[in-house]
Amino acid sequence: MDWTSWVISTVSRALAFGVPLLWGTLGEIYAERAGVVNLGVEGMMILGAFMAFAVTQSVGSPGLGLFCAAMVGGVAALVHAFLTVTLRANQYVAGLALSMFGLGLAGLLGRGWEGKPLSSTLPYLTVPGLSRIPVLGPMLFQDQTVLTYIGLVLAVLLWILLFRTRWGVAIRSVGENPATADALGINVTLVRYLCVVFGGLLAGVGGGYLSVAYRPAWTEGMTAGMGWIVIALTIFAAWDPLQAIWGAFFFGALYHLSYRLQAFLAPELLKLMPYFFAVVVLAASGFGRARWRRRAPAALGVPYVRGER
Amino acid sequence: MKRLGPFVLEPRLAPSRAAVLGVSLGAVILALLLASVVFYGYGRNPWQAYVQIGRGVFGSWPSFSEVLRRAIPLILCGVGLTLAFKAQFWNIGAEGQLLAGAVAATGVALFLPVPEVWRLPLMFLSGFLAGGIWAVLPALLRVKFAVNDVISTLMLNYIMIYIVEWLVHGPWKGPTMRGFAYTDAFPMSARLSYLPQTRVHWLTLALGIGAALVAAVLLARTRFGYEVRVVGQSTEAARYAGINFTAVFALVMLLSGGLAGLAGVGEVAGIHWRLRSPAHISMGYGYTAIIVAWLARGSPLAAIFTALLFGLIFAAGDYMKTALNLPFQITGVFNGLILFCLISFDILMFWRVRLSKREKAWIGQAGSSAR
Amino acid sequence: MVGRFLGQPSDSPRPALVLLKDITKRFPGVVANDHVTFELRPGEVHALLGENGAGKTTLMNILYGLYRPDSGEIWVKGERVDIRSPRDAIRLGIGMVHQHFKLVLPHTVAENVALGLAGMPFWAPARAVAQKLRELSQRYGLPVDPERRVWELSAGEQQRVEILKALIRGAEVLILDEPTSVLTPQEAQELFKVLARMKAEGHGIIFISHKLDEVLAVADRITVMRRGKVVGTVLAQDTNKAELARMMVGREVVFRFTKTVCQPGEEALSVRDLYVRDDRGLWALKGVSFGVCRGEILGIAGIAGNGQRELVEVLTGLRPAERGKILLLGRDVTNRSPRLLSDLGCAHVPEERIRMGIVPGLSVEENLILKRHHREPFCWGGFLQTWAIRAFAQKAVEEYGIMTPSLRTPAKLLSGGNIQRLILARELSGKPVVVIAAHPTYGLDVGATEQIRQLLLRQREEGAAVLLVSEDLEEIMELADRIAVMFRGEIMGIVAAGEATLEEIGLMMAGERRPVSVRGEGT
Repeated sequence: MDWTSWVISTVSRALAFGVPLLWGTLGEIYAERAGVVNLGVEGMMILGAFMAFAVTQSVGSPGLGLFCAAMVGGVAALVHAFLTVTLRANQYVAGLALSMFGLGLAGLLGRGWEGKPLSSTLPYLTVPGLSRIPVLGPMLFQDQTVLTYIGLVLAVLLWILLFRTRWGVAIRSVGENPATADALGINVTLVRYLCVVFGGLLAGVGGGYLSVAYRPAWTEGMTAGMGWIVIALTIFAAWDPLQAIWGAFFFGALYHLSYRLQAFLAPELLKLMPYFFAVVVLAASGFGRARWRRRAPAALGVPYVRGER
Repeated sequence: MKRLGPFVLEPRLAPSRAAVLGVSLGAVILALLLASVVFYGYGRNPWQAYVQIGRGVFGSWPSFSEVLRRAIPLILCGVGLTLAFKAQFWNIGAEGQLLAGAVAATGVALFLPVPEVWRLPLMFLSGFLAGGIWAVLPALLRVKFAVNDVISTLMLNYIMIYIVEWLVHGPWKGPTMRGFAYTDAFPMSARLSYLPQTRVHWLTLALGIGAALVAAVLLARTRFGYEVRVVGQSTEAARYAGINFTAVFALVMLLSGGLAGLAGVGEVAGIHWRLRSPAHISMGYGYTAIIVAWLARGSPLAAIFTALLFGLIFAAGDYMKTALNLPFQITGVFNGLILFCLISFDILMFWRVRLSKREKAWIGQAGSSAR
Repeated sequence: MVGRFLGQPSDSPRPALVLLKDITKRFPGVVANDHVTFELRPGEVHALLGENGAGKTTLMNILYGLYRPDSGEIWVKGERVDIRSPRDAIRLGIGMVHQHFKLVLPHTVAENVALGLAGMPFWAPARAVAQKLRELSQRYGLPVDPERRVWELSAGEQQRVEILKALIRGAEVLILDEPTSVLTPQEAQELFKVLARMKAEGHGIIFISHKLDEVLAVADRITVMRRGKVVGTVLAQDTNKAELARMMVGREVVFRFTKTVCQPGEEALSVRDLYVRDDRGLWALKGVSFGVCRGEILGIAGIAGNGQRELVEVLTGLRPAERGKILLLGRDVTNRSPRLLSDLGCAHVPEERIRMGIVPGLSVEENLILKRHHREPFCWGGFLQTWAIRAFAQKAVEEYGIMTPSLRTPAKLLSGGNIQRLILARELSGKPVVVIAAHPTYGLDVGATEQIRQLLLRQREEGAAVLLVSEDLEEIMELADRIAVMFRGEIMGIVAAGEATLEEIGLMMAGERRPVSVRGEGT
């Protein structure tokens, strides 16, 4: 294989493998912009992956499978929102509980489904016309599922929503200074619920993508820590949906290369690359003066209590 | 203050011990009730299932000893995590630190030419150091590079898991083990002895209980413990008081990870006598220890008892698998549920319910009129 | 009834804009408002005067819907209303500018104003609001750039944003809580002009303050509160400072300190050409130099955000200096650790009492040894010495009058005044060489304020060098021997307290340089 085709296929696969990361990160960005950390992404993704697989296998429709994956992610996130927003529980611990619970439940329910190949998977598309462009065509417009493109468009739309609309101002204000937003008539609880649940929907789809498109099968623990990478990506992207695209692409490439380079290095060592780079990338972005501008929403992780003193 | 019918909900700023105990117990019981749904799902009467599990686990000394056996790594990791959590360091990495300890112990057991009497002590020492160093890394990353501790400790778990996988599939793969991804079996001098009729490697258990005692004294009575508490309560105040963050975080994580590392030594030297796939060595002790520590509310001594509770859940999981033919993953669901219930009950501790119509001033921010 | 100003209070039968009737509000341990009645008419400035803790802010928070009264009635424009939240208040045409601004710092001015504003388009609401904002700021003389981010603005500009935020929401009633505390005297005059313009348009303004002069200058009527009760309401033209002071404090005169003559000794703290950056990496101190001698109090005056915080932090080792030198008794301590500085006798009474000054969850006794927990007699061989700690804490609690149920009570349960007493007990009991006190009496009641001022004066008499940073000019004028004024990270001048006039200091606060005073030369 000559190097151009090597680059082309790497970019193409990186894009495809970045999809679950992109969806998850976009969702987490919204939750965190509203001031709620959800460490349950791993749990929501695995539940989404299982749900998508089970529904698709039973009904034969990957679309419906993904829809159900979104729903289950949303419901899981609703639990998180209830615990952290209404009951004001510690957001870290609630998220960890959600991840543990999700991994356990998916493992429990998925025992009977283990190892069976999926009959009808999400189709890979070839965009007519555009795919003929040399180099770029096969890179971007062949062998992608529709979720790649929806994800990219979504990133742009979510950026616009966040920075150019009334809702965006409200969401960001709730994450920075909920007391002020509350005083001006923004329903802080509602905004936080919506953002967290929205994040759950996206994480569910991200998980579903794994089991109905990328590796059309169900294996226990198949998210393999992608949910945690999503948390790291959210910080790396500085809570900006557009930057999430680059982050997801970069880590998608790492995941892909961990299969691709097995001729050169032990597969186990390749597989730890994404996790290793997640730490490196965070260390790099936490360095220097840029820190203040890339800082987290001020009220992130802090439950909002209205009231007397 | 909120009114609820004839009752008044009053905030309380410092929950009493009784409230903490009651609320925690209530949470565990509610989790068990919620878990009944799972039994129904498998077509069993939950009450009967619980009774059967109870009989099975408490029925005989050998079967009960499994609770202790499972509790050993949980005590060590749990005590370590109470220390880290006291400093508000989110060590989610006990799993990886445990594995690091197991790796170091295996190295000493299989490859280090030392006199036989020194082998076990050296295994524990190297296990402690390996776990500790694996945990100091995120401490330094947080202090020097502002890397979020939850993420760095988690990522290091995955990294260590793959390192272990690599070792048992590659360089350390035992020549005598043929197809299996194991190292060779440990020599006898590297194996821990059991209490009679059990698989309780008592030396590690003793280390765990000792660690809990030392940690309790450390926190309450020493300068280091004081600094840990200050750092955990208020980073601003700690800066103001001139406390060296790097030192406090590094030391507290050295201890936290070191204890997890000891747990790893116990597992390989006491149970498996070899290094093998991470899923077999740990079964998520490092993650469960988070709940152990959270339930213990920062008290290392309480962690002994909460670890026993989760040892019981693990032992029950084993029993369900063999006797009731239910999947072991049930324990994961259980653990998640318990943690859910715990944190959602937390808020209750800060409210006191009483009959209204009594104006009893509590000491508040505004009330300078002290008793 | 003849007013001195245009738009004088009228006796017309028009209903009052706001009528608070018989409001009572209890907080645990205190009655913050005790059957308070207060009325605001259209086109008047009604001042609410009282010491800290008199219940002024509580009353206004009730009107703004932040607190709910235990009993009493609220009437707005002749109608009985129930204000459950600020949203209700805004709907009724009430706007409030809090002492601590409620702004989203990383957002632009326009975004802040657009937040939650009815009638804004879904797309690009900030752009739509900017237009309206420009009109309003023109009309009332409140210049502000809608595109700028709020954290870049000075406190005075932020206050303008808050006022505009209220006006754009159609506020007829504007509550200003201690508005001049972030302004130079000259800026305050500007604000008064704006208020006059608003008054002329028929707005009603409630002006909360504890400063007699400005209340007399700006208000039509003055209601004085003391310990949660209304002492009386008077017309500004019919009263004078002495009467107001008597009403406010409840005795003949505001207390005066018997201050001994300053006898400065050797220079204890010396700062030379200091350069420091703030959190954002911008210069916060640009070549600051001064000295403080034993036995004197140097006051640092200035509007908040002109580098005072960074100055305190660099002097106590909490922030690195990029250039320059700090000498403590002649020893170079630049960029040394807070622990070393504290060990050398540098006491620090921090601005943020609860966040920095105490460890909220630790007990009173454990808080009293913070900073010295690593030294004998409290620590020996790495172990804490419980008896020594207990004995020390017992003595400190008695000596400084810290009211606490027990030594084991968590410090967060104490009142603000007692927390400050605890901090002072800890900082001053080690015979400090230098005392750095940042806003030591901010937000405290009269009793605690008086005690803390006395404690600082006693330190001066015992030969400590005291650096007093405060935004309260009166406090500085009263306590300090020399006054240094900071503006944008530089010292505009250092003057002897007896020679400085309020106006002179005000000009320096606004950025005008003065030659450094020769007396007590430290630079």
